[in-house]
Amino acid sequence: MALTPPDQALWWKRPLSRAELGWITIAFLWGLFMFFFMIYWHGAGKQNLSNEAYRISAEKFTARTQAMVDKYKVRDYETKQGVKIPVVHPPAGEDVYLIGRLWQWWPILELEKDQSYRLHISSLDWLHGFSLQPVNINIEIHPGYEIVLTVTPDTSGEFTIVCNEYCGIGHHTMLGKIFVVEQ
Amino acid sequence: MANTEQFRTCPATGLKVHLPAERLIKANAVAAVLFLAIGGLFGLGVALTRWPAVHLLPADWFYLALTAHGLDVLVVWIIFFEVALLYFASAILLNSRLATPKMAWAAFALMLVGAAVTNVAVLQGTSSVMFTSYAPMQATPMYYAGIVLFAVGALIACFIFFGTLVVAKQERTYEGSIPLVTFGAMTAAIIAVFTIASGAIILIPTLLWSLGLVSHIDSLMYRTVFWAFGHSSQQINVAAHVSVWYAVGALVLGAKPLSEKVSRGAFLLYILFLQLASAHHLLVDPGISSEWKVFNTSYAIYLAVLGSMIHGMSVPGAMEAAQRRHGYTNGLFEWLRKAPWGNPAFSGMFLSVIFFGFLGGISGVVMGTEQINLIIHNTLYVPGHFHGTVVAGTTLAFMAITYLVVPLIFRKDLVLKGWARLQPYLFGIGAAGISLFMMGAGTLGVSRRHWDITFSDAPLPFDYPGAAFLMMGLNGIFAILASIGGIMFIVVIVGSILFGKPAGEQTFKELLFTGEASAVGKHGSEEHPKVPGTLALVAVFFVSFVLYYFVNWKYLSEIWPLR
Repeated sequence: MALTPPDQALWWKRPLSRAELGWITIAFLWGLFMFFFMIYWHGAGKQNLSNEAYRISAEKFTARTQAMVDKYKVRDYETKQGVKIPVVHPPAGEDVYLIGRLWQWWPILELEKDQSYRLHISSLDWLHGFSLQPVNINIEIHPGYEIVLTVTPDTSGEFTIVCNEYCGIGHHTMLGKIFVVEQ
Repeated sequence: MANTEQFRTCPATGLKVHLPAERLIKANAVAAVLFLAIGGLFGLGVALTRWPAVHLLPADWFYLALTAHGLDVLVVWIIFFEVALLYFASAILLNSRLATPKMAWAAFALMLVGAAVTNVAVLQGTSSVMFTSYAPMQATPMYYAGIVLFAVGALIACFIFFGTLVVAKQERTYEGSIPLVTFGAMTAAIIAVFTIASGAIILIPTLLWSLGLVSHIDSLMYRTVFWAFGHSSQQINVAAHVSVWYAVGALVLGAKPLSEKVSRGAFLLYILFLQLASAHHLLVDPGISSEWKVFNTSYAIYLAVLGSMIHGMSVPGAMEAAQRRHGYTNGLFEWLRKAPWGNPAFSGMFLSVIFFGFLGGISGVVMGTEQINLIIHNTLYVPGHFHGTVVAGTTLAFMAITYLVVPLIFRKDLVLKGWARLQPYLFGIGAAGISLFMMGAGTLGVSRRHWDITFSDAPLPFDYPGAAFLMMGLNGIFAILASIGGIMFIVVIVGSILFGKPAGEQTFKELLFTGEASAVGKHGSEEHPKVPGTLALVAVFFVSFVLYYFVNWKYLSEIWPLR
């Protein structure tokens, strides 16, 4: 019994049955396959999260974002409460900045379909979760670190950034927008 | 040397029961069930708030309830119960006295005080930081201090377990190697020491930070070390509930492992590799290399997953072999059809095996794949996964063995036997539904830890797909089902302890395997009967696993290209 010491004193010398050996072999090979599939996807797949990241202060990241907004702002977006949020349309291939802060993603980005952008994201205060819907891309955003990824929107329309890392009592109101337009 | 008056002989199993150990098992089990009740209630509040049509709690209460729910069930209920299991698997199974019962009471007191302090901190409303308490969001010092006290108590309990193994060996209370269940418990205790050390490394500086003595806690460092504590503690649960599966199989069906070597080897894989899983939480965090992610998230080539897949065959295999020896040899599944489905210990345990494997296990590997995590991180899929592992798996297994703890340790007959028969099905199916529908909502993108998915207060408009609302409604309905099952469990167990008749011959006959154990005792390894039914179950599992794995790669390939 599993509750009593093994019947055979030399239990580790007992041979395995074929069924057990077979299953262990299959399970091991499947593990090997899954391990190498992750590596394979780094070469063959189109969806791999960048590992490029830098330490950065909130002030510096805010300044860079503000500079981008000043340069490429095309219009304002007015919210239900009448607050204006700048909409930025940077040229293709450009560095694009996105701030996560209590409780807003700022600014609103307008990108062109099938163009690539270097997207920098950082938080100014607590942890936030960048959750792009309905595409469903989810990235953890830290204060003090900027993550830089090259993203190529291949669908056009209106996309929403939901915050999916709990960030206090206003967490469920923290949204942002990305518009993807045809060229 | 312990004097003999401190022991009694168990009439059902013939084991020598150390009475101080028995009292400690009772105390820890009762505390566990108490916190299950409290935490479960908060969980119901959470589920009913996330059901958009009901939306029960206001936002501040929702985040408070979610914090309390995570702490009380994920930490307090499970670890109190595991301490009871550690004492059972050492002192009782080895016919030994428990090392230092007084220290064990001190550990119990620390855990109780710690749990109470943290609960009070959360209920005051100033520490709604979620179970994860990610810096730089700050709770009150009391919150962290309570967790540290609780962890110190749990650590002492682990060392009492190790001490008891030494005592039993020196006093020669058993012959040969320790039983498999004790070996599994030892696996859990070893992982627990690693886990609690990681917890101390992260929570003590965080406590000092909340007191103003440390100026800064780096959020990435916090998450990395926290999850060496947070995820590893789930691996304690895996080792503990797999041990429970083996124990219930042995007590209810007289099952013995197909191969001691294979089962122990699988536990050994847990000890060696399970702790790498901190990486599962960091797959989409900045500044961590892919090499580190791939190696750690796969537990080094999926070797801990291999351990679980081995148990996935050897646990049902042991039961099939036992049933076939008892004469249920027709076809593939007579052994399963004629199993004691009316015995809540068996039904709870078997449902736990199935749900843990199919819901918790497969989803865990899929979401722990480096790139696939991009479409899953922090969505409701994550709680969907761990309600499959920790609720439908661990909690249900612990409930199942409680139906045996009551007659064997509390020496009481069960009250409300009809309720007891039904309970594992209600709770198990409820928990499985919670798991499944949260995973469904998560696949549709719905965020976890979110008060209002209609975004009615948000400055910008957004709607999740309609199907997500359906999923959240179904989640609420199954949460109610699980809650009814949970309440029935508490009523039956507390009722039996307080008002049950003394357990007798008849009680044991209803719940335990009472056949001639020695007739089957000498089979082992190659000599066990063939287990074709288990092989069929394992084949179904494997096909589901492979299909679901590739379905998610397909989903991933449809999102925006990024590099």
